[in-house]
Amino acid sequence: MRYAMAIDTRKCVGCSDCVVACQTENNVPIGYCRDWIVETVAGTYPNVEIELRSERCNHCDNSPCVRCCPTGASHYEEGGIVTVHHNECIGCGACIQSCPYDARYSHPEGYVDKCTFCLHRVEKGQKPACVSVCPTKCMYFGDLDDPNSEVSVVMRNRNHKVLAPEAGTKPHIFYLT
Amino acid sequence: MNEELFISGRDNLNIDPVLHIWHWQIPVYLFLGGLAAGLLFFASLYTIQNKDKEYRTAVKIAPFLAPFALILGLIALFLDLKHKLFFWQLYTTIRLESPMSWGAWTLMIITPLSMIWAASYIKEIFPNWDWKFKWLIQFDKWVVKNRKVFAWLNIYYAIILGVYTGILLSAFNARPLWNTSLLGPLFLVSGLSTGAATIMWMSKDQAERKMFSKIDLILIGIELFFIVHLFMGFLASSQVQIEAANLFLGGEYTAMFWIFVVGIGLIIPAVLETLELLGKHIPVFVPATLILIGGLVFRFIMVDAGQVTRYLY
Ligand code: SF4
Ligand code: SF4
Repeated sequence: MRYAMAIDTRKCVGCSDCVVACQTENNVPIGYCRDWIVETVAGTYPNVEIELRSERCNHCDNSPCVRCCPTGASHYEEGGIVTVHHNECIGCGACIQSCPYDARYSHPEGYVDKCTFCLHRVEKGQKPACVSVCPTKCMYFGDLDDPNSEVSVVMRNRNHKVLAPEAGTKPHIFYLT
Repeated sequence: MNEELFISGRDNLNIDPVLHIWHWQIPVYLFLGGLAAGLLFFASLYTIQNKDKEYRTAVKIAPFLAPFALILGLIALFLDLKHKLFFWQLYTTIRLESPMSWGAWTLMIITPLSMIWAASYIKEIFPNWDWKFKWLIQFDKWVVKNRKVFAWLNIYYAIILGVYTGILLSAFNARPLWNTSLLGPLFLVSGLSTGAATIMWMSKDQAERKMFSKIDLILIGIELFFIVHLFMGFLASSQVQIEAANLFLGGEYTAMFWIFVVGIGLIIPAVLETLELLGKHIPVFVPATLILIGGLVFRFIMVDAGQVTRYLY
């Protein structure tokens, strides 16, 4: 099993519903976020192209954050989901330094926190909060090893990219372009 | 012109707009670790070479600073932790892939080793010293008898510690400025030179001072060579590393780096030490302090600038 997410940059309108849903679902402290919206504008006016992306931890296959953690607090869960055991985390910040996507933050309580792919929902067969709330239905979540999962299907039919592939982390958030 | 503009809705404390999760604690920790590594390296080296009579300060006196440097370093590391009550988790496991982990273990070994080393010379420096307890007296005797074994252990761990202070940073591929294997050797050499400068400063013996002056000159030469290679390597690498190098070649760290690290920390002390070797009288604390300041500023700049370099926005 390998969980992944595909996000359609052509459908996303940047409404930030996913951000708010995550903050509510996961009790993210005020002022922090586990997912966020990025807007890029490329080209010179009037020939510009805008891309909107909902970003979060990429649940990388080759996660530098898991590798550099001195205590094993950062670890892989079933299906390749990367999470942090709060009671093992010493807050050294190594994993924050190691993430090319700056997807982690230091929780005011001291431990490091980040997107969990809503593991607690996924375990119950539900989708992550951001995916289920998206008004444009631009996010697809599922098991990449299952050829019939919605994420596998949409990735077969669409061009996609990952962020900073040169960082060698093998990210598992795919952007449909 | 093809412009690309990023607007991110993320505003996490210490992460945005630029990463700043490591503050003064980590550079201080790296500096003290490097200094202790340097002191222990020379103490062990001259013990192994049976030169403890000629280089008395290096072997017997300067190492007294090492345990203090290491303990202060550990305190700095502890202050950096944000989930402090769980710090003991560091010592429940060894994770070889994580420099933070094996570095913490190295410190756990070399700190007591450095204490034993310093303690075993107390009797020689203060002949009236009495260890009071029988087992301490016996332990002291045993250490003195096995001095060579301790010297080998010390030199081995000193090198690991010195290299570790660089590898802690260079293992982070996500920060292009740090992601070069040169950082390990560069930090080791810089640590050795701060150690040598301290010994030179403390020594009252002309011949010993002269020797450490020469050692410092060589180390400074190697450091300059590494620094040039560092930038050559970056400029010949990927875009993110070119940008990292440019922070020092015209960017915001240029003046700081070239004036404080290269000028004040390396070139001026090198000139002063050359003059000294040529017979001019230069107060020894001047080059020594400059080298120490340069070493400290170097670590501050590297830790700070590294966090500015990145892959995305
Ligand atoms: S995106 Fe960052 S935090 Fe998430 S798995 Fe990859 S390296 Fe770790
Ligand atoms: S901050 Fe916590 S999760 Fe991150 S590397 Fe340190 S101990 Fe591991």
